[in-house]
Amino acid sequence: MLKKQAYSTGNATVCFDEMLNEDHTPRAPYRTLFDWLLRQTPSGIRAKQAEADAIFRRLGITFAVYGSAESNERLIPFDLIPRVIAAAEWRFLERGIEQRVRALNAFLHDIYHRQEIVRAGRIPSDLVNGNDAFLPQMMGFDPPRGVYSHIIGTDIVRTSEDGFFVLEDNLRTPSGVSYMLENRETMMHLFPEMFAAHRVAPVERYPELLRQTLQSVAPAGCDGDPTVAVLTPGIYNSAYFEHAFLADQMGVELVQGADLEVADGALWMRTIRGRARVDVLYRRIDDAFIDPLNFRPDSMLGVPGLFDLYRAGRVTLANAPGTGIADDKAVYAYVPDIVEFYTGEKPILKNVATFRCSNPEERAHVLTHLEELVVKEVHGSGGYGMLIGPRSTRQQRIDFAARIRANPSNYIAQPTLALSTCPAFAAGGVGPRHVDLRPFVLVGDRVRVVPGGLTRVALKRGSLVVNSSQGGGTKDTWVLED
Amino acid sequence: MLGRTASSLFWMTRYMERAENIARLTQVGHRISMTPDSTGGYREDWKSTLASAGCLDAFAARGTTLSAAEAQRFLVFDRDHPSSIRACLEAARNNGRSVRTALTREMWEALNSTWIAFAAIDPAGVGPGAMAELLDWVRQRSGQFRGAMLGSLLRDEGFHFCQLGTFIERADNTARILEVKYNVLLPAYEAMGGERDLHQWDTILRSLSAVSAYRYFYRDRIRPRTLAEFLMLRPEMPRSLRFCCDFIAPSLASLATMTGGGTQSLPVGEALASDMRVADLDDILRGGLREYLGEFLNRNAAVAQATAADYHFD
Repeated sequence: MLKKQAYSTGNATVCFDEMLNEDHTPRAPYRTLFDWLLRQTPSGIRAKQAEADAIFRRLGITFAVYGSAESNERLIPFDLIPRVIAAAEWRFLERGIEQRVRALNAFLHDIYHRQEIVRAGRIPSDLVNGNDAFLPQMMGFDPPRGVYSHIIGTDIVRTSEDGFFVLEDNLRTPSGVSYMLENRETMMHLFPEMFAAHRVAPVERYPELLRQTLQSVAPAGCDGDPTVAVLTPGIYNSAYFEHAFLADQMGVELVQGADLEVADGALWMRTIRGRARVDVLYRRIDDAFIDPLNFRPDSMLGVPGLFDLYRAGRVTLANAPGTGIADDKAVYAYVPDIVEFYTGEKPILKNVATFRCSNPEERAHVLTHLEELVVKEVHGSGGYGMLIGPRSTRQQRIDFAARIRANPSNYIAQPTLALSTCPAFAAGGVGPRHVDLRPFVLVGDRVRVVPGGLTRVALKRGSLVVNSSQGGGTKDTWVLED
Repeated sequence: MLGRTASSLFWMTRYMERAENIARLTQVGHRISMTPDSTGGYREDWKSTLASAGCLDAFAARGTTLSAAEAQRFLVFDRDHPSSIRACLEAARNNGRSVRTALTREMWEALNSTWIAFAAIDPAGVGPGAMAELLDWVRQRSGQFRGAMLGSLLRDEGFHFCQLGTFIERADNTARILEVKYNVLLPAYEAMGGERDLHQWDTILRSLSAVSAYRYFYRDRIRPRTLAEFLMLRPEMPRSLRFCCDFIAPSLASLATMTGGGTQSLPVGEALASDMRVADLDDILRGGLREYLGEFLNRNAAVAQATAADYHFD
């Protein structure tokens, strides 16, 4: 199945391959997997792939694609070849991620209090106070343990042996963790012999750690075991499967807005026995929809009065409203300063160089280098509304330049990174495909990072877009133990 | 357990049961339409099939001409008709999906794979032969779902809401079939005799998957009196009104014990069940069979309403 020569020439451009060195020998963490790949036959793999697809389809692990009318539920393609991360590589990532999420939580606490970082002149006031993602209603409020973002998915890309960059900090309602867990289950079912040959760090403790994290941030007045519930917009949400999965795995209720009410200074869910109190709400709906009395009045998904209750310290929302300011793409450029300011340390993980189109000099640079850059909308997500310069047509660049000029502060630009590649099954055999990595981080009484994460893979040869909405797939991610 | 969860479990099993019932009725209609009939073709029989399925008015409102193909398309595939098999399977699956955490993996997989397979069918490509096979398949899938439920679901509140959905729907379905054909069950009808009656009685039994059960139980030819008794009052017949009530009342009692509630549903459910246990066919016939079935349908619906109120379905 794997042909060394063909694999080595499979990359359309020069980039770091995580399996093979330039001399076609496997890198240390991939040695066993490499030998295994050499032994596989196309028909054997096709059979396993069909089995994996059947498992996912039957379990209902689907996602909804916005704007796709013909089938509103689709499988995210799953690639059978695991991505392997060495123990030492993981320890480095873990330290870097922990430093970063601690700093970002400190940043959130600061900007919703005295804004020392603005006073110190380290970031411009307008970037915070003039930002749509800044929520003035959060000013002066102290969430339990001072934690704002409890559940975080840090997007990391790799460009060389030591070159790890944070592409995005997802501090609002990051999704994908159910794929990490189900991908692992599926792999253990399909390839038990590979797990016998590797020491793969387990990920299945995540739901238990999530529950512990959520319980650790219960309101101060809560006595006994705090009751946790997961709030979902409902079955038509693209991540509904994940909401149900996490509630199930944690052994807590999956609720919708209509199941909840605010009364007598507490949050209640309507049960068959009458009402039952909720102490911690892991909400998977956006800030704007959580409370029609305080935010969007047309929201049918939230609970009237929920935010007032939260501010009174009677219920904990995870994540806190207003965390979007810390993963805003315009703020992103300042994260290295933020890390230094709050930790007094040099950032362990690097940022990708970022040009802010709001700045006239940087904008001029962006407009003259569009064919080399990736341009993103500040508030965009999911790979929509972006321009990948090297893959764009002249007309696309002209259109994008006009959009940037019309609304410069809505755009940032970054150099096109040569994302690392990992082996993936393709029509002609095994080929290198670009990947990124989203490890999942939990912040409560302490920081917990599960060894692994969601590896997203661009299944089209040469493609750099890993988003599932744009033809990307996922892989199981193996962190090896020493 | 959330009130919404209870409601979804109840409606999930109700819709699954309904899908099976509609499949059975459509099969009977399909079978009749293949039988030559000198007295007026198949039109009348499809009309009574639609009536038994409780959707004659809904069909008429479409303004389409009644034909075997149209009736079947309506009963099986119609997207806008809330009691088509398609709509029932989708509603069962969506109800299950919204309470995934309250289902076992076996139940969910049975529900989900059924819907996925059904949704992939192109109605235009289903000819008469394939239709019979499809309807068999729907019944098998319903059986598989119920088997998964009985074999894997914890006997807590959720199980009882599932049972209530199943048996309230089944009782409703049986009562409706009998109501549509009540005249052929009257003793006076027997005296008229003839091939046509045998055919009518056979149709009723087939609609309830009870042909061989009836023969085995009575070891006799079909008589309207025993037929009525079998389908309404026999505790051995799994689709009889009595049988359904014998499952509804204990589930209501279990729920009341588990939750300390059930103040509205338990009395009405138990009253209905105990009335069914002592019911006498002669009394029923004296008071009017049609009236009796109408009252049964109302009381059965009242049990469902009281359950929804007791357990905060919305």
